[in-house]
Amino acid sequence: MHLPLLGVGLLVFWLLLSGYWTNPLLLTLGLLSIALTLWIVARISRQYRFGSPWYLCRRLPSYLAWLLLEVYKANISVLKNIWFPRRHPIAPAVRRFPIRAKSRIGQTIFANSITLTPGTVSFDVAEGEVTVHAVEEGAIAELMDGDMNDRVAALEEAPQ
Amino acid sequence: MLVIDIVSGLLLLAGSILGLSGAWGLLKFPDFYARVHAASITDTLCAACFVAALMLQASFSLVAVKLLMVLLLLWLTSPTSGHALVKAAHRSGLRAVTWTPPADGGRS
Repeated sequence: MHLPLLGVGLLVFWLLLSGYWTNPLLLTLGLLSIALTLWIVARISRQYRFGSPWYLCRRLPSYLAWLLLEVYKANISVLKNIWFPRRHPIAPAVRRFPIRAKSRIGQTIFANSITLTPGTVSFDVAEGEVTVHAVEEGAIAELMDGDMNDRVAALEEAPQ
Repeated sequence: MLVIDIVSGLLLLAGSILGLSGAWGLLKFPDFYARVHAASITDTLCAACFVAALMLQASFSLVAVKLLMVLLLLWLTSPTSGHALVKAAHRSGLRAVTWTPPADGGRS
């Protein structure tokens, strides 16, 4: 199930990057490189399962759109810390809290999203918990009970 | 198109200001971990502004798609490297400075 999907994805990716859609030699070389990649992936996944299901990929775009907005808001708040340190002083804090997402891919997405948004950085992910350093205590509180934790958990939830 | 040129010019200007702000914060913030936050402004919104401006110049073409891929790649790799950086600092024993602001708002 995963391999054909990856093949289609790689094909689209190759076509978009190359831009040469009519040259038979280049198309053949492209198909060969896709086949090589699929073979390598098949070999790896025998040892190490890639457990990212299709419904997760389908939900990812809307999550990314939401994340873009969050990144924008976080940028503004850190900009205030930089330009108006008197009125918006930074108060760094470190906290450890549980991740609601259970799967490896979900926890990775959550930790990466935390690091992507300015003002919060994830240090460490272990045993379903993440350690976060933030410029403000409030930013951590928002992560703990906020939208992001729930949304990532919803991403990986299997459809009924 | 004039409108597109103006918008992309404004986006380039915004990106430059954001990049400078990130550099300024990098110099001004108190410790390593706080500086990472300043640098991530340059990584995220600054890069997004630049790529958006260039995409407007490229209009609807393959170049625009490639630029979008560049942005996605940047947004995927910069948190990964940021995480590796912070984790390495943490492992080698660098303590984060944490404090709460004084009651007078730091004016003293």
